[in-house]
Parts: sequence; structure tokens; C-alpha cells
Amino acid sequence: MAEVVIVGGGPAGVRAAATLHAKGLRPILIDESPRVGGQGYRAPAADLPLDMARIMESQHAKHQALHADFSAIRDGIDYRPQTLVWAIQDRILHLSGAGGASTQRFDALIVATGAMDRVMPMPGWTLPGVFTLGAAQVALKDQGCFIGRRTLFCGSSPLLALAATQYLEMEAEVAAVCDTTPFVEKLLAAPLLANAPGTVLRGLGYLRRLSRAGVPVMHGVDLIAIEGEGRVEALVLRDSRGAEKRIACDAVALGYGLKPETQLADLAGVEFAYDSDFRSWIPKMDADGRAGEALYLAGDGATIGGADAAEASGQLAAQAVLFDLGLSGPSDPGLRRRVARLRRFQKGLARAFAWPAARVHKLPDDVTLCRCEAVSVGEIRRAMDQTLGPVEANRVKAITRCGMGRCQGRVCGPTLQELAAGRLRGQAPIKPVALSIASVGSAEPPA
Amino acid sequence: MTRITADAAIIGGGLIGVWTAFFLARRGQRVVLLEKGVVGAQSSGVNFGNLRLQGRFPGQYPLSLRSHDIWERLPELIGADCEFDAKGHLYCAYDAAERDKLDHYAEESEASGLVIERLGPNELRRRYPWLSSKVIAATFSARDATANPRLVTPAAARAAMGLGAMIIENCRATEVTKSSGAFRVRTETGVEIDCGHVVNAAGAWAVAIAEQFGEAAPVFAAGPPQFVTEPFPYMIHPSIQTIDGSVIARQTPRGNVILAGYPRTASDPIRNRAPVPPAKTLAAMSSLAEAIPVLRSCAVIRVWSGIEGYLPDMLPVIGPSETTPGLLHAFGCCGHGFQIGPGIGLCLSEIIIDGTTPTPLAPFSISRFRGDVSVNDKFLREFDAPNG
Repeated sequence: MAEVVIVGGGPAGVRAAATLHAKGLRPILIDESPRVGGQGYRAPAADLPLDMARIMESQHAKHQALHADFSAIRDGIDYRPQTLVWAIQDRILHLSGAGGASTQRFDALIVATGAMDRVMPMPGWTLPGVFTLGAAQVALKDQGCFIGRRTLFCGSSPLLALAATQYLEMEAEVAAVCDTTPFVEKLLAAPLLANAPGTVLRGLGYLRRLSRAGVPVMHGVDLIAIEGEGRVEALVLRDSRGAEKRIACDAVALGYGLKPETQLADLAGVEFAYDSDFRSWIPKMDADGRAGEALYLAGDGATIGGADAAEASGQLAAQAVLFDLGLSGPSDPGLRRRVARLRRFQKGLARAFAWPAARVHKLPDDVTLCRCEAVSVGEIRRAMDQTLGPVEANRVKAITRCGMGRCQGRVCGPTLQELAAGRLRGQAPIKPVALSIASVGSAEPPA
Repeated sequence: MTRITADAAIIGGGLIGVWTAFFLARRGQRVVLLEKGVVGAQSSGVNFGNLRLQGRFPGQYPLSLRSHDIWERLPELIGADCEFDAKGHLYCAYDAAERDKLDHYAEESEASGLVIERLGPNELRRRYPWLSSKVIAATFSARDATANPRLVTPAAARAAMGLGAMIIENCRATEVTKSSGAFRVRTETGVEIDCGHVVNAAGAWAVAIAEQFGEAAPVFAAGPPQFVTEPFPYMIHPSIQTIDGSVIARQTPRGNVILAGYPRTASDPIRNRAPVPPAKTLAAMSSLAEAIPVLRSCAVIRVWSGIEGYLPDMLPVIGPSETTPGLLHAFGCCGHGFQIGPGIGLCLSEIIIDGTTPTPLAPFSISRFRGDVSVNDKFLREFDAPNG
């Protein structure tokens, strides 16, 4: 039987697995997490009494369905939780799990590695108490806790209102929701947003509920600094009328939308193209997710499309695998249209809640850009300005150390790519691996 | 088209090229350096950063020690220390046969004026409690050092420019011709240089230029598998090398441990890529954990290699062309070019200006490839066996 490997147990990976399972295959599903669901449809630990219906609200049914459908196929697939793919060479994945290092050959690989928060540094963003918006949601869904007693949500993202509403529902205090995007720009993106009217209405619902609860919701603000002695005490901003305000809080959730986690796709050799709506580098693929020989991409790891698009694109990629292996007919054109429509909607969102690229150039010199290696914006500017200074992102990384640390540019990369030309290339390991994995278990070198 | 007249054109903006430019410019020569990409981006910039003195090829010590004098004076010469750190080098043996080999290297090093300490198990435990007790003997050379390879070449290039050298990046030399005593170097950007001397320091890409003058050397491209760990408190002060080559490691004061090891891995100078097979990374991780067991729980955060030029006798090509007066070669440093790079630049500048250098370079002449090529045992050890 053909060895089909899916990397990532979010909605895209689970739907891909279910599609392959339905055709009689026994795919291998590799996931870093202990439980499937990815980031958005995360399930709490079994012993954590968390009311997911209350947290997930209108998305609860989909959340439940994904987990129920996974339970139904779990014994019919080769499911490997808490396993990291740290490298790839030709058609062999290198894994790190409880048993140490191992390898896995594949005939077809579906990469469904999801997304992570895109971070825009600002003065004070490295203070304890500052989280990404995604981390604020993970704390809630995975561990049943808040990131602070009085949380402020800011940045440029439709998920600000969603996360703030989730916190509010669970009886957290929400200090404010502060969006850097002016309301009028969101309206200008309306034609693209019409691709998913339900999602737009849901977003408006969140805003209404927040204002009814007395939470200040501001648009078109300029975020000046996060302040505090040793930890977060307040956010200082300039409102849309130009008035400076200081809002007390003890935690800040920063959200500037999402970026695909493309490290595995990158090491697998996919090509990238710059997308001016997302202002980021997106893997090249066809409408079904084909991105190279035996290589398929699905979900937010391919391009930001949201959970519905992830589920549909996971099915679509699996259909493409089945077709290419000669096991079924061509992919469902309806599904293809649906994925394309949902992704157009996300492009609309990316325009509406734009990544405020121009702000990068206004960052003060002393703001830390690379947290892992403690590199400031000023150090990067000075390195680039000197004689024979680097201009390309990978060279700037080599000279300044920006992006060389533990996160390998996941956090600082989008900002660095605004300052320097080109795309930061991925390097193995995809995430850090302990030396000890090499000396336990069966690390058979590939033949 | 831009035509430039110069005393010397240097092809290749690696460590050798920029130091040659530096020393020529310092003595008033008009120098143009052509770099196909950006300076210091290839093996000069991605190597391990080792300035190892002990255990070198004996015939290389005069060059190596001259080069070390330059390394020890970086701030004075180029205005930057480039993280130069005289941390010493600990050469380790796991068994009696390896210890005998260490002793032999130590005698050769001492004959060339190095001070080598021989350490037994008790002294090793006392001085380096983090070192595996499997290491039964080691030699320590205190003058050995490390520097940050990413910083040195651009800094030396800037210093050369400060002395009047012209450095042109993103300008690939395509053809070198000689007629009536003068060279003409053509480039893909249209820049043309007329000059009396040409230095071929194009690294893994140098043979194409040598071939234009009827010379050949069996250079091939490879690189060591390298990685860096996350940072942890600074405790491993000397650089560590096991004599079997499985571990060459150092900790930076910042805390990260950097590793390079054998066997080396093939790289692709055409596509400009040097992928590291994951199995080699795992082997190196296992070797490092064996040499320094406390690192077992440390995580590797980044893997890389480089495109270095190697020759089967594991010695570089340095010196005048055999066919063409005025042409000098310096390439194929076989993974040990970082330490000697500045010294090579100094010697080449002397050959160009004075017609000779006090440093013996005969073992490195390109002429040695006219006959049968001798294969060094290091070569067999440091690369995968053909069927491996």
C-alpha cells in the first residue's frame, strides 16, 4: 500500500486523514501536539473540566465534529502524536518523539503544518505579560486560564474581537480592544469579504457584544508603547483623533494576523512567491495543493484561509493524492471552488486588517526585534547602513544574528523582511531537537 | 562598459581575497577586488571559526604562525576584533592509539615553536569537569583561538577600502586574458580591469579561472556538517576537538555551542546549496553528547554547512601560476583556510610587490597536480567512503 504521510493534526490534517481512510488507505498522521485539533480546534486535556461549548460558541459544532470524526478513524490510521518532523531529505522524514530519533519514508506527503501569529514588535513588547493573540487563546483552550487579570487585546486582526469575546464569555476582565486599522479600510475590503458573509456577521456580533459589556473598542489607533516596571502595567496609544491615552492592564495580547508555518515545506523544496495582500512569502502550489513531486500542502500552512478552508483543503489535498496514486478520479470541483472562495475571503481580511508594514520603519532604534538573540532595530539599521552592509534578509541574519536563535526567525522574520529584501530561508531542524534524540531509540540512517 | 586600470585584480571576495587587497592597498597598490556575490558569504563566512595551531601540516607552520600574528592584531589592523578569542584548543584522545597520534602531533607542533601541554586523565577531570571520562589524554595549546567568521571578511574588506582598495560586489569575473604583459579581466556586469597581476582566490569556483591558463587542480566542493545549540551558561572555555574528527566544538561567551564534524558532506557550487544530510547531523549530535555528556539535554537550533574547496592531498593551492607570470592562485583550503587566510593575503601581496615572500609556499604549488595526485589519509578519514 502507498505510504501517505500527513504532517499536522489540525483541521486540514484530520480531514486529509479521514479522506484517505475512507478510500481504504492507512495514512500516517504525525502531530507535534498530544491531541489533534491544531491551534484553533484544540481540545483541553481529559482531566480539565473546560466548557468548550462556551469558549467555541458558534464554532463549537465544527469543533465537536472534527474531534468525533477523528475518534472514528483513529484506530484505522497510524496516528503519532507528540512527534516532531525536524528534517526532510528526499522522500524520508526525520522524526523526533518519545523513542528518540526515527525516520519515515513516504510516497506522498501532505504538509498541514498550520499557522502562527505574526508579531509586530513595539516598545515594551518583550515585557512579561505580553503574549501573542494565539497564545492568549491557547492558554484558555488548552489550560483553561487567562494570560492576566485584566487583558488588553491590540494589533490588527479580526481575531482580536473573537479572542476578547472568548475571554469575556469566561468572565475575564477585558481592558480594551485596540485595532490599528481604521474602520473605513475594513469597509473598503467589503467586496472580498462578501465571499464569506457568515464570518463577517459573526465578527460584527463579537464587536456588538464587547461594546454591550462596556469594553472600549477602538479602531485606527496608533500603538505607542507597552509600559510597566518588570511587567505589563499599561498600554499607551494615540486614538484615531490623535489623543494620547494610557489604558491600565496587566496582560497584552498582540495580534497582527497569522503567517503560514512553512519551514517543512521550505526544506521539502517548495518554491515561494511574494503575496502583496498578505505581505508575506507564500508557497507556490496548484488549486488542489500540489507543490512538488509527491508533495501537497493544505490548510493555513499553505496559505492563510481559516478553519473552514483548512478542512476543505485537507480533503482536497487528499483527493489529489488519491488521484495521483491512481486510486480515484479527479478532485471535486465544488470543493476546489469552496477552498478558492474561502481563501479569497482571507485575502480580503488581510487587506482589511492590514499588516502595518509602514510602522516597522518608525520603530525606535532601541526596540528589540529579535528576542532570542537580543538584536535591536537600531543594530539592524546600523549594520545595513555601513559600507558593504547586507541588504538581503539572510545576509542581515548572518551579520546581525537577527533570526538566528531558538525560534529561527518565526517571530522576528516578518518584521526583518520589511527591513531587508528577500525571504528568510528555513534551516533544519524545523524546531529545536535535543542532542539526546540521536543516542536513544533506533536512529537508523537512511539507506 | 567601465574600464579600470589597476596594479592587481583579485577574483573572489573571501577571506584570502580581501586580506590580499588589504595588504596590497596598505603598500599603495591600486587594487580592484571582484566578488560574484557579497564578500565573505561562502566558506569564509559560514565556517566554524577555528584558529587552530596545533596539529597542522608541519610544512604549513611558517605560514600559519605569520597568519596568527595578524589575527592577534585585528583591532590595530582593521579596527574590529571580530570576536577574536584566544581560548586555547584541547585535542582529545579516546584510546592509546589516538594518544600516540596526539603525541606525534604535539612533537611536530613543538618543533615549530608552539607550546603544548600534555594532560592526563586526572588533570583533565580537574580542569574540565564537563569533559567525558572516556577522554584519556589531551593536548592543550593556549595560543589557539577562534573568531566570528561572519564578521571578519566584511570588516577586513571595509579596512581595505579605507586604504583605497576598490571592492565590487555582485560582479562575476567571466574571462581573464593576458596579452603583451598585461591582464584584462572581463566581468558579467561590463566592468573590465587592465592590470599587471591577477589573484585567483575564487574558492570552490577557482578552477575555471586556472583552466583559462592551462592549469588544473582536482578541486571539489564539500563542507562540514555544522550546527549550533541553544545558549546555556558559559563553561566550555577552550575549543574541543576529538582526534578522530567526530567533534570540533566550541562554546561562545554568548552561550551557544557550535559544532563542526566529519565526515564532511558534498555541496553544490552550481546551485549554491550545501544541504546537510540529517543522518550526519544525528551522528554529530551523538558524538558531541559522548564527548561532553552534560550537553545531552541541550537542543540543536540550526544546522548548516558550506561550500569549501577540497583537494585530495588536503593542502591548499597557494602561489604563482606555473604557466603565466603575474597570475597567482590561492584556493582549495580543504576546510582549514580560516586560520591561514590573512597570512596568505600577506604572502601574496609580498610576491606581487617584492617578487618573493619569506614564507615557504613550495608545498602548496599548483605544479604538484601535474603528476600523480597523492591522497592524504586525512582525506580518507574526513570523507565518506565511496560506498558508505
